[in-house]
Amino acid sequence: MTAVRVLVGTRKGAFILTADGERKNWTVSGPFFAGWEVYHVKGSPADPDRIYASQTSSWFGQIIQRSNDGGRTWETPGSSPEDLVDAATGMPKGESNKFVYDTSENGRPLTTHQWYDGTQHPWEFKRVWHLEPSPDDPDVCYAGVEDAALFRTTDGGRTWHELPALRGHESGPSWQPGAGGMCLHTILLDRSDPERIFVAISAAGAFRSEDGGKSWQPINRGLKSQYIPDPEAEVGHCVHRIAMHPSRPNVLFMQKHWDVMRSDDGGSTWYEVSGNLPTDFGFPIEVHAHEPDTIYVVPIKNDSEHFPPEGKLRVYRSRTGGNEWEPLTKGLPQKDCYVNVLRDAMAVDSLDPCGVYFGTTGGQVYVSPDGGDSWAPIVRDLPAVLSVEVQTIP
Amino acid sequence: MIRVILPQHLRTLAGVDGEVTLCVEGSVTQRSILDALEARYPMLRGTIRDHVTQRRRPLVRFFACREDVTHDSPDAPLPEAIASGAEPFFIVGAIAGG
Repeated sequence: MTAVRVLVGTRKGAFILTADGERKNWTVSGPFFAGWEVYHVKGSPADPDRIYASQTSSWFGQIIQRSNDGGRTWETPGSSPEDLVDAATGMPKGESNKFVYDTSENGRPLTTHQWYDGTQHPWEFKRVWHLEPSPDDPDVCYAGVEDAALFRTTDGGRTWHELPALRGHESGPSWQPGAGGMCLHTILLDRSDPERIFVAISAAGAFRSEDGGKSWQPINRGLKSQYIPDPEAEVGHCVHRIAMHPSRPNVLFMQKHWDVMRSDDGGSTWYEVSGNLPTDFGFPIEVHAHEPDTIYVVPIKNDSEHFPPEGKLRVYRSRTGGNEWEPLTKGLPQKDCYVNVLRDAMAVDSLDPCGVYFGTTGGQVYVSPDGGDSWAPIVRDLPAVLSVEVQTIP
Repeated sequence: MIRVILPQHLRTLAGVDGEVTLCVEGSVTQRSILDALEARYPMLRGTIRDHVTQRRRPLVRFFACREDVTHDSPDAPLPEAIASGAEPFFIVGAIAGG
C-alpha cells in the first residue's frame, strides 16, 4: 500500500513521520540522534530504504549517519573496526565524517575567502547543510557544506571528496558569509543530464556545472540585490533556495533574500515573479509534483523580522509559474503566529493529489494532502525544524 | 587498563554505557589515550580532535585527577593514577549554550 515517510531534521534530533496514502493518521518515531542538530535527512530516489542524515554539533563536529532500512536503524557508514582497518597502518580510517578541503586544484588559490572585515580568511569546514542523493545510485550522494563547498561520496558515505572546481572558481576569494554563515544549501541534479548540477550558496549566489562538477559558472544574471555594493554583481547574492521540476530542468524558481525569481534557460538569466505576494522575502520554494507551473512559497515579513506578516502563517501558491499568487490559509494559524520556515523545510510528495509539507521554527510540521488547499499539523511540539523531506513509498 | 569517561553524546555515538577501558602501549598521554580510543571506536574520529590537524576541538576539555589538563601538551605524561587505572580520564563537553 502506498505510504509517505516524512524525514524531519530539527535542532535537537531527527524524526520520521509516516502515514498511508490518505495522509491523515500519522505515526511519529524519534528522536534519532537526540540532542544533536540535524540539518538534513534525505532518502535515495534509487533505494528508498537508503537514507542519509547530517548530524552536527558545536562540540563534537560533523557526523554522517546512514540507514539501510528506511530509518529504523542507523550507522556511521563503514566505521566498525573490522570494516575500516587500513592494511598499511593497522589503524581504522573512520572517514565518514572527514570533510577536508582540496587545496590542489591546478594551483588555484583555494586557501582563503573574504571575511566579514574584508580580509581574506581560511576555509574552515563547519557542517553539512544539505545532502542530495543521486537519482540513480544509492551509494552516490552530494553534500553541500559550510564554508561553502561541494563534496561527493561514491561509497555510501564512507568517504567524501570535494569537487574543488566550485570553490576554485575565480570568484571564490570574493565570496563572503551571510549572517547565517557561508553555506552551500541547495543542490539540484538534472535527471535528464547527469553532468548538469545546480548549487546555491549564501551569500555568493547560484552556480551551474555542465560537466559533472569539473567546472562552474555563476548564474546570477537578472538578480538585483540592493544590499550589496553592485546590485547586479556576478556573485554576492544571497540566494535562499532554488527549486526545479524534474520534467522541466531548464525552468528554475528561486527564493532570494528578497524577490522570487524565475529562469527559463537553466539559470542563465532570471526575471522576477514576486507579483502580488504580500512580501517577497522568504526562505523555501517548492514545485508541485505533477504541475510544473504550480509553485509554493512562505512569505516572511522581512530580513529583520523573520516571521509571517501580521502573525498569519500563509503559504502562497502560484499556478502560473509566478506573478499571480493566492494565499493558502485553511488549517494554518491566522493570528499570533511568529514562526519561521527555513529554506530546507518544505517538500512535496508524488501522490495524486500532491501532498505539500513544511516545518516551522516553532516545531510544527504541517501537511496538505490536497496540493495546498487545506492543512493540518502532523506534530506541533518538535524542536525547531531545520529540514523536511518526503519519500513516497510504493 | 586506562579508564576513560566520555560525554553522553559520544557514548551514544560509540554505543557504549559507562566507562570505556583501553589498553595503551607506552607512555600514557592525551595523544596515546585518544589514539587508542579512536582505534577501538572509529566513529569517534573527528569528534574530539580534528581529523587533519589533530588539534582538540574547541569545546572539548580533558580532566585528570581533578585537574584541567586541556591545555597541557598532548604528549605530556598523565598522572600515574590515570596510567594505573586508579582514576579515570575525563573527556568533557564544555558547559555552554541553551
